[in-house]
Formats: sequence, C-alpha cells, structure tokens
Amino acid sequence: MRDEFGEIWVYLSTTPLLGLTLTLLAYQGAWWLYQRANQNPLLNPVLIAVVALVSVLMLTGTDYDTYFDGAQFVHFLLGPATVALAIPLYAQWQRLRALLLPVLLTLVVGSLTAALSAVGVAAALGASRETMMSLAPKSVTTPIAMGIAESLGGLPSLTAVLVILTGIFGAVAARYVFLALRIEDHAVRGFAIGLASHGIGTARAFQVSEQAGAFAALAMGLNALVTALMLPWILPWLASLL
Amino acid sequence: MLAALTLLLVFQLVGEVLVRGLDLPIPGPVVGMAMLLAVLVIRNGPSEDLRGTANGLLQHLSLLFVPAGTGVMLHFGRLADEWLPLLAALAVSTLLSIAVSALLLGALSRRAGARSEDAS
Repeated sequence: MRDEFGEIWVYLSTTPLLGLTLTLLAYQGAWWLYQRANQNPLLNPVLIAVVALVSVLMLTGTDYDTYFDGAQFVHFLLGPATVALAIPLYAQWQRLRALLLPVLLTLVVGSLTAALSAVGVAAALGASRETMMSLAPKSVTTPIAMGIAESLGGLPSLTAVLVILTGIFGAVAARYVFLALRIEDHAVRGFAIGLASHGIGTARAFQVSEQAGAFAALAMGLNALVTALMLPWILPWLASLL
Repeated sequence: MLAALTLLLVFQLVGEVLVRGLDLPIPGPVVGMAMLLAVLVIRNGPSEDLRGTANGLLQHLSLLFVPAGTGVMLHFGRLADEWLPLLAALAVSTLLSIAVSALLLGALSRRAGARSEDAS
C-alpha cells in the first residue's frame, strides 16, 4: 500500500497537474475562509493560500521549481490581467478628467513618497541593495510591481510577498490615519488607500462605500502606471548620487 | 471571449515588443495597458465581450498572485536576516504615503472645487 502510494507520488510530482491543482485548491479554501470571516483583512486569501502552499511543499519536500512547473499557467495570466486593468480605468475616465490636475499632482507626490520613504527607511536600517530594490515598488499592484522590481534588479518573488504585506497593513491601518488627520471625503480616502495599498486596499475601500472604492481602483491603476514610468529612471539615478 | 482574450494578448505582445525594441525600463504589460486605455478613450469604451472577459479575469485577480507569493519559500533566509528594515520600511512608508496623498488631494480638490464654483 505504502509502495503504491509512493509510486503514484513519484508520477504526480513530475507532472504540472499537481502544482496547478494545489494552487487552485489552496486559493479556493482561502477564499472560503475569508468569506466566512466577513472579509477580515487579516485573513487575506493570498496570504492564507501562500501559507498553506508553502506548508504543503515543505512537508512533502517539494522544491519551488517543481511546483512552479504547474503554477506557471496561473502566473502567466498576470500579463493579460494587467492589460485588462485598462477597462476599469476607463470606467473612471470622466471623473478623472474633472479632477485631472489634483489627481496627477497627488499621484506623482504619493508614488514617490511610497517608494522613496520605503527605500530610505530600509537603507537607514542597513538593508541590502537587492532588498531595497525589491521593496521600492511595494505600493503597486503585484503584476506590475514584480515587473518593476525585475527591471530595477530586485527579486520579483520577494516583491510579491512585500506587496501583499503592504496591502494588508494599509487596509487595516488606513482608517486610523484618516481619523487622526480628520479626513472625511470618501473620494479622498479611497484615492489614498488605493495609491498606498493597491488591490487589497481597494477591496477594503469598496466595503466602506462605492465612491471610495471607485477612487481606490482609479488610484491603484494610475499609481501602477506612474510608478512603472518613473521609478526605473529615478531610482538608478538616485543610487548613482550616493 | 476568445476574441477579447486574443485582443488582450495582442496588446501585451505589442507592449513587450516595444519595451524590448526601444530598451525601455517599463514592464511590457503596462505599455499594453496604456495603449488599450488610449484605444478605449478614442473608441468610447470597450465592447460587451471585452468588458465581460476583463471582469472575469480581474474578479479573481488575487489568485494570480499566489504562485509568485509562494516564492517566499526561496527567501526565508533573507527575511530572517533583514526582517527589521523590511517591517519598518513597510509600516512607515505605507502610513506616510496614505497621509501625504490624502492631505494633498484633499487640499488640491478643495481649491479646484472653489475655482469651478467661481467660474460658474
């Protein structure tokens, strides 16, 4: 019986089927848990699915490359999904045009604040160069952040983890910032949370109000674009000054 | 759905080709997204098919992060060594960027609102 199981395992671990199926199972399990917990941001489905998958892989002694042979089919869809962000972005086009100048200024300042303050704090505490470059795009939605990290010479898979942690932290902490600063306008609240903590913050903003959610989605999409356009030029330039 | 998916892939492909051909330090799919947005603005919005496919793809956007996130297992050593700068940088920078963006947009949109009321 044990030998038979061993043979099946040897077979399964060489096909992409297992990595792909495990990914979908882990995510759906995590999604179910998240819904049961009333979408508590601490039970973020990506976080739970990753913890579950890492546990399974480590317990079975499977290495990441073997897992990724299957999971790459899911991973590949990040590219077309990024292109598809143009559709929700277009849905906010009218609102965006009315507030064009304030939005653009806030985007540039907010995007630079998010990236440079992270790199600055990490540098002051002695982080390595690779870590800082992986950290710089942490406020940008994952597929784009990974692309930015790669072009900066960071580690895309480390960036993915940092982006998710940033999203969860921002989603939990934003309301305390707004309370302390007495910021009440839902459009402004949504925009700030989407800029600083991307999709996870946007999901949180939609729970607060439709308007906050729409502005969060807008800020997330635009910040991804602005950061991707600015950071690969600015960061190497700043690094060369040091 | 097939036509819409093909369209998304074509925009991504053109984006990748442009980025490599012109040696731009921007991710290819971002260029694809910007070009698709420009086309949508010119053509006054997406087709029903494209909207449906995009929504389907984006509905479970977070699933697509899972394979990359699982790559954390390659970085346990680094996380153990550098947890303090990482954690401090994440927390400080996230709080700071929420505060700065909210204060700035609040102030600027009040001014813009006041001006447009003056004009009317």
